[in-house]
Amino acid sequence: MAAPIAIHLEFGGGAELLFNGVKEHHVTLPSQSEPWDVKQLLVWIQRNLLKERPELFVQGDSVRPGILVLINDADWELMGELDYQLQDQDNIVFISTLHGG
Amino acid sequence: MCQVDEDYQDGLERAEVPSVSKKCVKCKEASAAVVIRAGDTYCRGCFKEYFIHKFRAMLGKNRIIFPGEKVLLAVSGGPSSCSMLSQVQEGLSQNAHKKLRFLPGIVYIDEGGAVGQSVEERQRTVAELQAVFKATGFPFHMVPLEEVLDLPSSVVVMAPSPSEPPASAYKAAVDHFIQSDSSGCLTPQYQEQTLLPEVQESRTQVLQQLIGSAKTLTARQDLLNTLRQHLLVHTARTKGYSKLMLGDNCTRLAVKLLTSLSLGRGAQLAQDTGFSDSRYGDIILVRPMRDYSAKEIAYYNYMFNVTSVFIPSLDTKTTDKASIQRLTESFVTKLQADFPSTVSTIYRTSEKLQTACRSSCTADHPDRCLLCMCALDTAVENASAFQATLTSEQLSQSKSLGATRTEIPRQIRAPVEQCCSSGGGEDCGRAETGGDCCSSAKEPETIDLKSLLCYSCQLTIKDMASVEHLPQYILSEAQKRQRRYQMREEISEFLLDDGDEGD
Ligand SMILES: [Zn+2]
Ligand SMILES: [Zn+2]
Repeated sequence: MAAPIAIHLEFGGGAELLFNGVKEHHVTLPSQSEPWDVKQLLVWIQRNLLKERPELFVQGDSVRPGILVLINDADWELMGELDYQLQDQDNIVFISTLHGG
Repeated sequence: MCQVDEDYQDGLERAEVPSVSKKCVKCKEASAAVVIRAGDTYCRGCFKEYFIHKFRAMLGKNRIIFPGEKVLLAVSGGPSSCSMLSQVQEGLSQNAHKKLRFLPGIVYIDEGGAVGQSVEERQRTVAELQAVFKATGFPFHMVPLEEVLDLPSSVVVMAPSPSEPPASAYKAAVDHFIQSDSSGCLTPQYQEQTLLPEVQESRTQVLQQLIGSAKTLTARQDLLNTLRQHLLVHTARTKGYSKLMLGDNCTRLAVKLLTSLSLGRGAQLAQDTGFSDSRYGDIILVRPMRDYSAKEIAYYNYMFNVTSVFIPSLDTKTTDKASIQRLTESFVTKLQADFPSTVSTIYRTSEKLQTACRSSCTADHPDRCLLCMCALDTAVENASAFQATLTSEQLSQSKSLGATRTEIPRQIRAPVEQCCSSGGGEDCGRAETGGDCCSSAKEPETIDLKSLLCYSCQLTIKDMASVEHLPQYILSEAQKRQRRYQMREEISEFLLDDGDEGD
């Protein structure tokens, strides 16, 4: 079993509007048999944080095109994107680059 | 039991997270933080250098802004224009030979009234941005969009451009500037602080009526863009600036380019998306951010704490199919995700575009669209797609309307008092020859707005329930032009026509 992990989530560029306008979230992901990856995190966010219009945040099992992701201040493309395995105290940032958020 | 390396993981410092494996392609030492294009991975430091260099290179290459020139930065609060502002600050703080040498000012157009924000929300946004602007030390102007209702009609008239300086003048000006450069002369002498003027509720309502009279989101967005640009140009003119810097980035321009095509603005593409745009004559629009992608800007702003303020727009929280602009954006961002290089191809195409100059634009004052100020693209030969569209439209209408030529949406009744009370004896006198202005109180003059617009702006106006809500400066300029055309027509048989000689 992987222990529960605490991570820091940040939403910007208008993406925060889908989360009641709250930009920063400190969350704890419950323990589960597999280690958490970003793909599972997106599902968790959809179920637990997202307040409205999931189609404006996720598409398929990834983020909507035009929403950028940083993992610990680095482009998630360098980190394995959806397959990146989350560690305790990770910092994940979602920035919308779409016009009007 | 499955976590053998647990202790090892805990011992690591955060900076050494092993999954960042790739090195920076530039310095080949630091680990990469940003992927700019496939294969181009930069570390934090090199990314910053690359970003700053690109801005200066863009301005240096184009040599369009002269040392000591007053340049107005249009800052909407969004990431792109805030990034532009920070680059100008960065450029002014560089040492002598790398330094930017113009005098910046900032303008912010508060569109809260058009998108339905409350007065409190608008004030909060303005206060937030004001703090950012104050910190720059540049003069700034906060202008509510409601002021567009009171613009003079000269806004939609092309002003004569100052005589073009010879190419050698740029270098001479730079040399002169470097010699006389005492850093003091760049810092603005005075701090002009324009707080957002009080906006009457009734003005906001008039503005909302105007925007609301457009029936589709596509037309509303187009109309808002037009009004915003008029107000920006007017602000630049009245405050003594000769260049207007816009924050359009490459992603935005790719969207704009494809949107323009779908909206029938093919003829205006080059001006709508190019580095510099001289459609207003005296005020040149400049787009120094056009080499940056939205991604680069978002990453730079995040990593180097460039403040931007989220401001809702007409398309906030709308779906992909809400408007042509939105749909195009979603197409481009999906393209960017799946085929990253295609977006820059789209926008590089725009660099190669040039509007073919027809005989009418060789004249000193070619006819220009009343709204977007581009040369009219509607005076084309009979065998064009435009004429074909017109013909089929007329045919379908003549069926349904029984051959009446009046079309309600394009013909409007201009407020009569405007014409006479405008006081200019010249106006009334001129009208008397043609339209019998002063006695027209019973039978108001109608304006055929359509003939004064380019094809694309005609489509936007067609989507409006009524053009009566258009601001007065547009309507009175329309009236003026209409009369001028009527006059030209009346005297046309007395003019020598050089086209007839062949027969
Ligand atoms: Zn590097
Ligand atoms: Zn037009």
